Amino acid sequence: MKKLNIVLSAFRALQRNKMRSFLTMLGIIIGVGAVIAMLAIGQGAEISVKDQIAALGSNVLIILPGSQQQGGIRGGAGTMTTLTEEDAAAVARECPDVAYVSPGARANGQVIAGDMNWATSIEGGSADYLNIRQWALADGEFFSDADVKTAAKVCVLGKTVVDNLFPETSPIDQMIRIRNVPFKVIGVLLKKGQNAMGQDQDDVILAPYTTVLKRLSRFPFLRQILVSATSPNTMMQAQKQITELLRLRHKLVSNDADDFTIRNQTDIATMATATTEILTILLASIASVSLLVGGIGIMNIMLVSVTERTREIGIRMSIGARGKDILTQFLIEALVLSLLGGIIGILLGVTGSMIISKLAQWPTVITLFSIVLSFGFSFAIGIFFGYYPARKAAMLNPIDALRYE
Amino acid sequence: MSAERGTTSLPASNSVVIDVQHLTKTYQLGEVEVHALRGVSLSIHHGEFVAIMGASGSGKSTFMNILGCLDKPTKGQYILDHIDVGSLSRDALAQIRNHKIGFVFQGFNLLSRTSAIENVELPLLYGETPSKVRKEKGVAALERVGLGDRIHHYPNQLSGGQQQRVAIARALVNDPSIILADEPTGNLDSRTSVEVMEIFQQLNDNGITVLLVTHEPDIADFAKRQIVFRDGKVKADKMNSDRKSASKVLAKMPAIDEEDNE
Repeated sequence: MKKLNIVLSAFRALQRNKMRSFLTMLGIIIGVGAVIAMLAIGQGAEISVKDQIAALGSNVLIILPGSQQQGGIRGGAGTMTTLTEEDAAAVARECPDVAYVSPGARANGQVIAGDMNWATSIEGGSADYLNIRQWALADGEFFSDADVKTAAKVCVLGKTVVDNLFPETSPIDQMIRIRNVPFKVIGVLLKKGQNAMGQDQDDVILAPYTTVLKRLSRFPFLRQILVSATSPNTMMQAQKQITELLRLRHKLVSNDADDFTIRNQTDIATMATATTEILTILLASIASVSLLVGGIGIMNIMLVSVTERTREIGIRMSIGARGKDILTQFLIEALVLSLLGGIIGILLGVTGSMIISKLAQWPTVITLFSIVLSFGFSFAIGIFFGYYPARKAAMLNPIDALRYE
Repeated sequence: MSAERGTTSLPASNSVVIDVQHLTKTYQLGEVEVHALRGVSLSIHHGEFVAIMGASGSGKSTFMNILGCLDKPTKGQYILDHIDVGSLSRDALAQIRNHKIGFVFQGFNLLSRTSAIENVELPLLYGETPSKVRKEKGVAALERVGLGDRIHHYPNQLSGGQQQRVAIARALVNDPSIILADEPTGNLDSRTSVEVMEIFQQLNDNGITVLLVTHEPDIADFAKRQIVFRDGKVKADKMNSDRKSASKVLAKMPAIDEEDNE
């Protein structure tokens, strides 16, 4: 029997019982729709996490001083004072895969502007700080190399700080006092929002690291050196170059451990991505349970259908249908049910996830993969759950089938 | 048409279409063994018109089902068109049913919600005939049974006699070696029965071998040869010396107006 004819007669057989066919398909429709929607939500979460991490600066390396050891007591990372401004300058000068370097210092303190005050942290950096963090100014300007060299008392405010100190007026060219040291505000940062860990990245004041070290910090050593590689791909080379350079500069011989640590963002990114991937898999597997139930529904209905149409099977066999013709016929019917259900389910899932992202402001991403996956899944379900009833039909004895009442 | 021995007088009479030897069929019904056939031997030649008669339980339907390759004998040999059917696989039997046998059943056994032409084309579909040839053959078969104007009607739009004629067209469409009809008039009124028999006689006149099972002597009178079954054995096998012509019977019948074939 020609394939087209089989498909056409399968459609006709399903048309005869429209309501039943629809209800059977409904299981697959809901299953596929749920899988698509859940994958869309999960992958939406995954991508927004990735975006946030990329916003940190995806090619950023952080060089931290090593841990200090006194007797048997070991301090944490950054407790040693092994990083110097000269190290930072050398990294910038001698590592070919390093694009920008910003030595870092940090202080915390109460900030006063007019009759307002606010406690925040003061981040020291070089003129390249914004390039490394991939951050931009909303207003004013950033401090220059000259400001860094002269330890000028200028600063740039984060959005949260502006909101708290200058709710009404523009802060540009205003004076503020940080721990009683007067600073001139020369710029305002663009709002950046929370980072992947939920910290407000806008609650910060940026100032030249030289100024922070000299005027504000009680710990007059570099806390860290922020470095950006020329591209995400050269990050590993850059890390290697820095390691070699610093070991040389710190006169470490072969067996000595590094007296510094280099961290990159990929660790954080990997962890966060892994978390959301688990979430996606969890959501999709819950949804695929309903797909499985839909498949059982198809098997159930096909079994009923085979019993109901035993006589038809007998007639077909009496005029020359072979077992495999009958098998194909019922298998195609099951496949038409599941694939049609799959297609409707995909449409439902796609519109459903669009509605979710509209109503709940939740990012959803529909990938070709999830569509191909659920379509393939409904195909497999059609074959798997359709085979047993179809085989049952094909194995019928012609005379028994014909006599069936 | 008359008492002459069909086995010798017809063209191609030498070719044996059906040859069965010592056919037995035993069913196991729980503890009881039912002997439906207890050793039947006979042969049917090309061009014959055979009526198999007998009371219910005589084994005639079982015999028919074995001849139609729908059922297998417990013992004995069945040769159809020089093929020993007993040794064939399920698929091969399906092909035999498709190419060599045309069935007509008491209950018509048409596929519902499927038009007359599609019902008739069905055997060709399983025989892998190209669609254009299929259509031509289907229409030709329906015209042969006088339904050329109803090819797109559905079974529920046709009278019993018309449905049976669709079934006959379906049996014919693959040019089978033999047409097997199991009580083809059992569900029809007397006039329609004769009309159906007229078609069988016409087909037989055109050289088609017909074997029909019936328990009505009136119907058996239209056949050339009558075989009577009793208790699973052939009780009588004789040429019909007084064969009736369905056309003549119809002409004598009072014309019941607007019956089914307006």
